[in-house]
Amino acid sequence: MAKRIVTIILLLLVTPLLATAETEMADTMRSNGKIYVVVTVLAVIFAGIFAYLVYLDRKISRLEKEKNHN
Amino acid sequence: MRSWWWKILSLLLLVYTIVGGFLMAVPRMDIVNETIRNLYFHVPMWFVMMVLFTCAFVYSIKYLRSADMKHDIYAVQFTNTGIVFSILGMLTGMIWAQYTWGTAWSNDPKQLGTALCMLIYFAYIILRGGIKDEEKKAKISAVYNIFAFAMIVPLIYVLPRMVDSLHPGNGGNPAFGKYDLDNTMRAVFYPASLGWILFGVWIASLQIRTALLKYQNENS
Repeated sequence: MAKRIVTIILLLLVTPLLATAETEMADTMRSNGKIYVVVTVLAVIFAGIFAYLVYLDRKISRLEKEKNHN
Repeated sequence: MRSWWWKILSLLLLVYTIVGGFLMAVPRMDIVNETIRNLYFHVPMWFVMMVLFTCAFVYSIKYLRSADMKHDIYAVQFTNTGIVFSILGMLTGMIWAQYTWGTAWSNDPKQLGTALCMLIYFAYIILRGGIKDEEKKAKISAVYNIFAFAMIVPLIYVLPRMVDSLHPGNGGNPAFGKYDLDNTMRAVFYPASLGWILFGVWIASLQIRTALLKYQNENS
């Protein structure tokens, strides 16, 4: 029984090590490879597009209002 | 100003998509590596296209039932915005394919099916441009739109699944949903899809309102 538990514990310890060795991912990039810069740039672009849509929406709303008053 | 809550919801979901989509954990897979994150951006483009084309289909039927020009405007603008998103989906897919399948265009059944669908919808725009009489234009294009929508079903949903395809979920190729899409990815993918759909519908609504104003101006 004790032997089996030890085996299971050893397996649990070794499995993550095996998993990390498999495929190369951008782990370093996320820790100190400035990936946050990319996220921020995308967020800024998206904020710009979003603000533009809000601007268009309000402009159209104004036109609709004018139209209904006439 | 119309109700804003769903526009704000779209903003929140998409900010979450951008931040979570880049920083949260994804399954480790050879070849696709980090490009698996494209799932949060490439696939929702097609979802948006499908939603917008479905709306166009519904409004085309409505037009035929009512002969109300407003419904025609809705159908056209939903189709226009849907086409924009289909182009975005196609381009992002080709970039993704370039680096994972080795070539941007591999005549994959799903690529071909979608390309055909896009051509069918391009023809819708050309068909409308070719008819002078407004009522005739609206009626013929509404009928065409219904047939175009009916063609999506076999071209995108049936045929690619019956043959071998590089796309996940086709020809015995497991879908992301079955094995690869783990719960962390779901936590980003579903909100991302909803966020993009709301975003697309918003753009379409702006198009519709502009077209309605133009129509009222011309007919008053």
